[in-house]
Amino acid sequence: MCHQTVGLIAGELERRGIATTSVTALEEITKKVRTPRALAVPYALGYPLGKPGDPELQTRILRAAFALLEAPGPPPVLADFTEAWSRNVP
Amino acid sequence: MASLSELSLRNRLFMARYRYRALDPVPFARPRKPLQEARVALVTTGGVYLPSQDPFDCAMKGGDPSFREIPSEADVETLGIAHKSDAFDQTGFQSDRNLGFPLDRLREMAARGEIGALSPRALSFMGSITAPGRLVKETAPAATALFEADGVDVALLVPL
Repeated sequence: MCHQTVGLIAGELERRGIATTSVTALEEITKKVRTPRALAVPYALGYPLGKPGDPELQTRILRAAFALLEAPGPPPVLADFTEAWSRNVP
Repeated sequence: MASLSELSLRNRLFMARYRYRALDPVPFARPRKPLQEARVALVTTGGVYLPSQDPFDCAMKGGDPSFREIPSEADVETLGIAHKSDAFDQTGFQSDRNLGFPLDRLREMAARGEIGALSPRALSFMGSITAPGRLVKETAPAATALFEADGVDVALLVPL
């Protein structure tokens, strides 16, 4: 249900002009809710940023999520996390 | 990728029957400025709260739609976690709050200049809201008003 909650809050923020990005571990639900921007990660529920105690991986996932802000749309924007996303960022 | 098949039978049956609320049309705000200049706010549905705050009401029918304001300088390891969902493994989040509430990671990105600034407060919701009426009508708009007051350009949302 947390993925619906994220989508609905993101919808309200976007309606009022605040751009959002998010991470999803349950692509099926994110597609149903039509969350404006979401990065699908290949990790188990409860592990949206990959691994505990792995700040480098967590940062790479965040960079990839922020990169979705540059996607031209149309929404919903949904992309898979791959390590290639983060390599262009210093 | 996690899938619904990881969930318990009870959770799967519930979710198979559940009618999700869909955004239609999907609202889409363009970023007002480059990320390197943007003020970024964090939203989690991990149900974290400060030791001084009331925890969420895990027994509320349909889920507790309230949120807690967490100052962005908070020490994440001191935060309580109210999320009582049995749908997923919480041990990772218990051992590293940044897994679902990456305040330290965002501080580091701000220090390196990858994001313009971290907004003064993050917001924490509880994820397991099955009746989102009050979330949609009351608490999500209230959260948005706080971010408007903080001059937030971009929000990052992390589900748990």
